[in-house]
Amino acid sequence: MHELSIATSIVAIVGEQVLQHGGGRITGVTLRIGRLSCVHEDALRYSFDLVTEGTPLAGASLAVIEVPVRIWCAICKAEVELPGIQRFACPACGHLSGDIRAGRELDIESIQIEADPTASDQTASNTPEPTQPEPS
Amino acid sequence: MIEPRILEVRTKILKKNDELAREMRRGFESLGLLVVNMVSSPGTGKTAFLQETLLRLRARGIPVAAVVGDLETDNDARRLAESGAPVRQIMTHGLCHLEADMVQSHLAGWNLADLHYLFIENVGNLVCPTSWDLGESVRLALLSVTEGEDKPLKYPGLFNTADIAAITKIDLAAACEFDRDAACANIEAVRPGMRIIETSVKTGAGIDDWLDYLAEKRRAL
Repeated sequence: MHELSIATSIVAIVGEQVLQHGGGRITGVTLRIGRLSCVHEDALRYSFDLVTEGTPLAGASLAVIEVPVRIWCAICKAEVELPGIQRFACPACGHLSGDIRAGRELDIESIQIEADPTASDQTASNTPEPTQPEPS
Repeated sequence: MIEPRILEVRTKILKKNDELAREMRRGFESLGLLVVNMVSSPGTGKTAFLQETLLRLRARGIPVAAVVGDLETDNDARRLAESGAPVRQIMTHGLCHLEADMVQSHLAGWNLADLHYLFIENVGNLVCPTSWDLGESVRLALLSVTEGEDKPLKYPGLFNTADIAAITKIDLAAACEFDRDAACANIEAVRPGMRIIETSVKTGAGIDDWLDYLAEKRRAL
């Protein structure tokens, strides 16, 4: 269950990022997960709920954008999307290619927050919001 | 008034591990130390393969060391230490993969500049170790003839991150009705162009090719 380690990293990064940007209530996190990253979405959701408990991310929704694998086909001279991950061959001409252009992503794309604009105006020019607990 | 907003962050989830691993790799390579991360299922014969590798390199007078990851027990480290090489065990206590900081903390006190090769035997698992860079220069994926030819198709993510594949226990190929061509075609399908070595620590098949590969990679550092 390496998804638990991944969820723990997400909590740490999101906590840091939100603090850096003036705080606010975190309502959602969007991830980009490549099909080659070996992350099981259900296991990640389960881990996310588990590790966010008692943190500023508790109750936040998790959206996952699945990124298909794209390879460079030297024959077609084009970047092509693969329908699966078991054959790294150009769907058009069948040429095998190890030149992978997408599909390994394991990224946090964005964080949805609800902020009080008057409160963030005050904190933006000053120290980060002190009421925000440290991510665990 | 509460306003929802979206913070675009576009950050790698494992950036802390990635950054540490990159820094470790730079350090290893600047010392002329080739680090190999060995990944496979449990039971492929990683430890036997590594034991043979350590013995053969030491017999040539080449300084080597190894760290070995397991959920529990230091059995593998004790087995490997019989080769005479310095070996340390990383017990993960349930964690299914090694991370860069675990490797780094187990290297303390070793003079890495004196070593030519460092082998990291990862936890036996074909899924979880995929995304964790350990600072290695070479990732070796092992597959035994007893596991079936379609293993690479079942675990393409991990095979796709490897630099070289070793088929182990090739001496049992006939008994297992192992189809070499199918296995090689499957590895080629998920990692086009990857070098494949057929090996047996019982007969010594392919081990010289493996050692030549290591020497070639170390010269290229």
